[in-house]
Amino acid sequence: MKNKLIELKDLTKNFDDQQVLRGINLDIYENEFLTLLGPSGCGKTTTLRIIAGFDEPSSGQVLFNGIEISKVPPYKREINTVFQKYALFPYLNVADNIAFGLNLKKMDKSVIAQKVSRMLKMVGLEGFEKRDVTLLSGGQQQRVAIARALVNEPKVLLLDEPLGALDAKIRKQMQTELKKIQREVGITFIYVTHDQEEALSMSDAVVVMNNGEIQQIGSPTDIYNEPENRFVADFIGESNIIEGHMIKDFLVEFDGYTFECVDKGFPENEEIEVVLRPEDLDIVEPDKAQITGVVKNVTFKGVHYEIIVETESRTYMVHTTDYAEVGRKVGLSFGPEDIHVMWKMGAY
Amino acid sequence: MKQFKRLTTPYMLWAAAMIVVPLIMIVLYTFTEEGNSVLTFSFTLDNFTRFAEGTYVNVILKSFRLGLLTTGLCLLLGYPMAFFISRFSEKTQALLILLVTIPEWINMLLRTYAWMNLLSDNGIINQLLGLLGIDPVTMMYTDFSVVVGLVCNFMPFMIIPIHTSLSKMDKSLIEAAYDLGANKIQTFRKVIWKLSIPGVLNGIMMVFLLSVSTFVIPKLLGGGQYMLIGNLIETQFISVGDWNFGSAISMILAVIILVFMRLMKKMDPQED
Repeated sequence: MKNKLIELKDLTKNFDDQQVLRGINLDIYENEFLTLLGPSGCGKTTTLRIIAGFDEPSSGQVLFNGIEISKVPPYKREINTVFQKYALFPYLNVADNIAFGLNLKKMDKSVIAQKVSRMLKMVGLEGFEKRDVTLLSGGQQQRVAIARALVNEPKVLLLDEPLGALDAKIRKQMQTELKKIQREVGITFIYVTHDQEEALSMSDAVVVMNNGEIQQIGSPTDIYNEPENRFVADFIGESNIIEGHMIKDFLVEFDGYTFECVDKGFPENEEIEVVLRPEDLDIVEPDKAQITGVVKNVTFKGVHYEIIVETESRTYMVHTTDYAEVGRKVGLSFGPEDIHVMWKMGAY
Repeated sequence: MKQFKRLTTPYMLWAAAMIVVPLIMIVLYTFTEEGNSVLTFSFTLDNFTRFAEGTYVNVILKSFRLGLLTTGLCLLLGYPMAFFISRFSEKTQALLILLVTIPEWINMLLRTYAWMNLLSDNGIINQLLGLLGIDPVTMMYTDFSVVVGLVCNFMPFMIIPIHTSLSKMDKSLIEAAYDLGANKIQTFRKVIWKLSIPGVLNGIMMVFLLSVSTFVIPKLLGGGQYMLIGNLIETQFISVGDWNFGSAISMILAVIILVFMRLMKKMDPQED
């Protein structure tokens, strides 16, 4: 069993009259890559700033190794941050930026030089010691910022949308590298982003937030395959969300049809919502499916076609490699394991 | 952009007529003797030798001493002021900066006369001291009264550039310093101070320039005997009528100030 490193207990935060955090409870483990994911204004950055010590919670506790730290100033915490816009000191060169924390600890010059060059090697900037940070590219500045934080050997590294300012290709590359670095140094990374793809591809655990509340905590596959509510289903990937009834365990009704499913544990006749991921739907001949409709629109997306099918009750989005021309009558087929039943928002 | 270049022509003409020509004339005066006609010049370096051997060197030294003292005091008092202003919300900051500049809306003479009223032997301050049973203190016509006048007049020129550099500072740099283990004092020394240096240098240059070349304030608060380089130039032009010597002193002052500014620019770490 992994050890709990940070525990957030019923954390709230008000700015003026606005409540930005409404009771956050979260356990963060050692050596974990955890992502706080949500739209802007959901409270993810505030949560991060409270962990870093830049903001104090209005109520609640922050425990670090079991000790309450919410009043401890940032410079006394074993936590370092990689800032959104890097926040490198413009009047210091690369090496002096990285050595900032070590110089404060009055470490031996030769030890500092050694640590700095080791860090630069790890982030792939060997020999950049004397460079002017203001002349580096965004990606390079980001690497310096990561090295500057990690050289202090923190227990936790906080990253506040660190890839937001980079272009798509470098962002992809940095994603892989960040994950690699996290494995190499073996510490906890807490990563804030609004980019769901980034969250799913890097994290061990994803915390989906909205409106100052945690919507779901789970592994990337859990979050994607078994969203707990409409918000998570909608925010992560694309989905068809349909209101229906749970007739009994393993049997669900929506759009006037009953389907076998793999969900259980709901009260009989409970109003629920069903998620059908577009890629789980198949276009078949109309007589081979219960739900039928007419193709309204087809968009070529590269790997697949996005086909909009209009049925009697609604429109479905289908992602498939098979082409179906507009106006054709088609059937929509899916298996019991493709149906995912969720509690209705606000019902829990 | 090229087609807009022509729009600068009026300014160019103005600058040539009002700045360049007078400058050339001052240089001409500097290197000539009195009583030249338009056609004949008799060049000389007498004005400089006269300056070097007279008590004038002492006057220039005194001016620089007072200028440095004024600049130092303005920095010492103005930096904390600018720093605390920059901590407030943007709205409050605008109001506070307005308050700092309001005295500048009132004529400098008037402000200086006010100081005369405050500092004179039977002025307000001495009257208050008298109520406490303290004998009157002579404050007028001393270095003290001149420096007080200079500091009060030029303080905004120190506060505003420093405030500008502090308020436009990237706050995440300060957080980064805290994050990397710097306490408040270390953060100030290693980040805030460093980032405010351009503003400090600007402030120093402005205040020093103004206080080293001023002549109204020392004349009013220092009395008729009080000679600074600005007063010296003024008397040469207005009372003595020796324009050649007056021009030479102006030139010397200008050269020293140029050297000083060059040195200040060199101290700016963000300047390549």
